[in-house]
Amino acid sequence: MTTRADTPIWQFRTSKQHMLRWVGWFWLVALSVFCWTLMTEDTIWAFVADAPRQASDIGGRMLPPRWGYLNQLWQPLWDTLNIATLGTLIGVIIAIPVAFLAAGNTTPSRRFVRPVALLVIVTSRSINSLIWALLLVAIIGPGLLAGIVAIGLRSIGFVAKLLYEAIEEIDESQVEAVRSTGASEAQVIDYAIIPQILPAFWGISVFRWDINIRESTILGLVGAGGLGLQLQSSLSTLAWNQVTVIFLVILATVVVSEWVSAKVRRAVL
Amino acid sequence: MTSEVTSSRTWKRPPVLLKDPRWRWTILLGSSVYLILAISSVEVDWFRVYEGLERGWRFIQGFLTPDFSSRWRDIQAGLIESLTMTLTSTVAGVLVSVPIGIGAARNLAPAPVYMLCRGIITVSRSFQEIIIAILLVAMFGFGPFAGFLTLTFASIGFLSKLLAEDIEDCDSAQIEAIRATGAGWWQVVNYAVQPQVMPRLIGLSLYRLDINFRESSVIGIVGAGGVGATLNTAIDRYEYDSAGAVLIIIIAIVLVVEYSSSYIRRWVQ
Repeated sequence: MTTRADTPIWQFRTSKQHMLRWVGWFWLVALSVFCWTLMTEDTIWAFVADAPRQASDIGGRMLPPRWGYLNQLWQPLWDTLNIATLGTLIGVIIAIPVAFLAAGNTTPSRRFVRPVALLVIVTSRSINSLIWALLLVAIIGPGLLAGIVAIGLRSIGFVAKLLYEAIEEIDESQVEAVRSTGASEAQVIDYAIIPQILPAFWGISVFRWDINIRESTILGLVGAGGLGLQLQSSLSTLAWNQVTVIFLVILATVVVSEWVSAKVRRAVL
Repeated sequence: MTSEVTSSRTWKRPPVLLKDPRWRWTILLGSSVYLILAISSVEVDWFRVYEGLERGWRFIQGFLTPDFSSRWRDIQAGLIESLTMTLTSTVAGVLVSVPIGIGAARNLAPAPVYMLCRGIITVSRSFQEIIIAILLVAMFGFGPFAGFLTLTFASIGFLSKLLAEDIEDCDSAQIEAIRATGAGWWQVVNYAVQPQVMPRLIGLSLYRLDINFRESSVIGIVGAGGVGATLNTAIDRYEYDSAGAVLIIIIAIVLVVEYSSSYIRRWVQ
């Protein structure tokens, strides 16, 4: 194969693109290396080197799971389900008005009300439910209520965000049609908007419920009740064989809730 | 009933989701029974809640008048840990998940590799970050290194799954065309698959960066470094103004990361 020197050879990218890419990659690598050195400044490498031994040690302690402990887990499991379900309920109830206030086509005032509603959504979404639980346990004391309220507060942002996007995507001609019959604002929402967003609403709620089950299993770590409370006490007594049982229960709960949520969403959407 | 309705010519709203009234009543009855049971099993110490309200008010005041200065060194250390952890774990997660994602794509990988990679993805996705963090802190000791490993592990499941799905959705005509030129497997991946999935991979990595920052502010609660540990300490000391400052910083960074990542994603795609 000989090519004449003056015939252009096909290349994947132009040389300018090539340069830009190299510069981009260079900065990314440099930044990562910089972050890595900064992060591992205080790491004690002896502990890291020791990890395989620790892992086998913990694995050895975990392995015959203490199945008898399962009997003490039914009550926390019920509590966990309640935290997730009641929390979702609270979150959804508050999220509905917030979503209507945040959606561009239903908000009473684009300039004043909409930003406030969006701020509520952002605040609720950017704080993890574990942090909400941490705050609420400090404020209203440890127990199920703190967990329920934490899950509720976290769910508001998620549900309201997806719901207001659904409201903004509705078919406006139906709204027009209902309005032209002389319907009031409330009737327009009731007859033209709600039927259109109802399937999305149920889908979002069940999806959030599924996530909430996942999150409520660990809320107990900070004292908000449920399975996490047992996890915390087993961890602090180093009862690793109980920890295994709790992990398996959490895994089973998560798998079941995911299955239920997938089923319901397929039926609804 | 139908004859009366049609004779008086009043319109009745059709049921939206459950067409069968028996199903509607069963679900309504079942959920009310569950609600009564659930609510009655939640024990609330209302006196403690009442006592806590004053504390809650102090927290809101602390949130409105945040104190950035008195614990600034702790906050800064926590933030640096969180941010470096976020970046390094996302980079490491992407590096590991690209081969796993390719291996989990049915159109590129042979069956045994496919099963292995899908297995890795399932394991990584079924446990949530906090639980992984607990185990890794026990193995690798306290500090951001355990957090880095946790976030990397969680990123692998997320990114490989979505990348594999994206590769499977690739336009097979382009793969065919490259293969017809006599290209080997590597060349097919490089010239046919990579250009198709690259924009989406960049988008997913940025999305994961966003998620990793949110998670990095939480896993500190179980000892895996980051700003969560600072927050936990501030709340334990009842320093609500410092806690408010940490929360405001978290919300601000989440907002910046979210908006810039969605901006870059729109620009890339």
